[in-house]
Amino acid sequence: MDEQIYQRTATGETSSRTQFWEGFVKGLPIMVASAPFGLLFGALAIDNGFTVGEAVFMSASIFGGASQMVGIELFGHNVPAWLIVFSIFAVNFRHVLYSAAVGRRIGHFKPLQGLLSYFLLTDPQYAETEKRAESGKPVTFIWYLGVATPIYVMWVLEAWIGGLFGNLISDPHALGIDMLLPIYFLGLVMGFRKRDNWGPIVIASGVVSIIAYKTIGSPWHVSIGALAGILVAVIVAKPEKAQGKD
Amino acid sequence: MSSIFWITVAGAILTFLTRIGGHLVLSRFERIHPRVEVALNAVPAAVLTTLVAPAIATADWRGLVALVFAGLVSLRFNALTMFLAGAAMIILLRQFS
Repeated sequence: MDEQIYQRTATGETSSRTQFWEGFVKGLPIMVASAPFGLLFGALAIDNGFTVGEAVFMSASIFGGASQMVGIELFGHNVPAWLIVFSIFAVNFRHVLYSAAVGRRIGHFKPLQGLLSYFLLTDPQYAETEKRAESGKPVTFIWYLGVATPIYVMWVLEAWIGGLFGNLISDPHALGIDMLLPIYFLGLVMGFRKRDNWGPIVIASGVVSIIAYKTIGSPWHVSIGALAGILVAVIVAKPEKAQGKD
Repeated sequence: MSSIFWITVAGAILTFLTRIGGHLVLSRFERIHPRVEVALNAVPAAVLTTLVAPAIATADWRGLVALVFAGLVSLRFNALTMFLAGAAMIILLRQFS
């Protein structure tokens, strides 16, 4: 083992290999939590008329679990192609907000690094990047790749494995698959509980998204609920914070 | 090429646009107004909450117990422990009750 890996350089920056592994350690739990969905996606895709190759291609190119599930579900119901594409877009629309917010953290990446980083910008990737920035450690491209690598590689592999062995999952409900994603996202929400006005934001987003879910329907409850939470944050922000003196 | 292929390509392009679009719009402004800064800081809690809330509103009692249990675990333990505890709870409840 090269002992220099664990030493800081003269500039106080940790070596890039250390940063990669710091990111990798953050990516591993996300990889574990997303595994059931990656496998389930592969299995359901085959059920809905995809080949294994098409399922793998979708996981590799879209890389967004919920939107992929919606895509294969609609495909199985003979919905027009443009509507399937639009639904994928609608489910992923929340990423516009992540994108706007994370630009402050990764704006210093080189152009090609930036393109790749935005491609890899999933919910947990965004959450980890915000937490890293909050902790005061540098958000480098190598660290960002360290987080994304285990998530992306396993996500693509799981589509393949799920496609090959899909019929082994006989009863997703008994295995609680429908609750795993909410539990996982609850963990991400709780991770930000020390931020300003977390309580009011969560309550506003939660209540409004439930109302929108019951009235307008999915996936619009995400964008509508999120905007309600953001609006509350802007309204209740302390004046000195709003003037940038925090 | 199959229609699945083209649907996937179009979906992938639009998904990429959502992931880079917010940044492209915001980067056109020289200075970020403090109110916008406050709004951006609210993004994690505001968006992620909407991915949990409908499940709370529609879950059976087993799902609710698992969510509350996981929420309590997250107060003391890291995200992976919390996830595994919540997953174990929902599987146990669905199998045995």
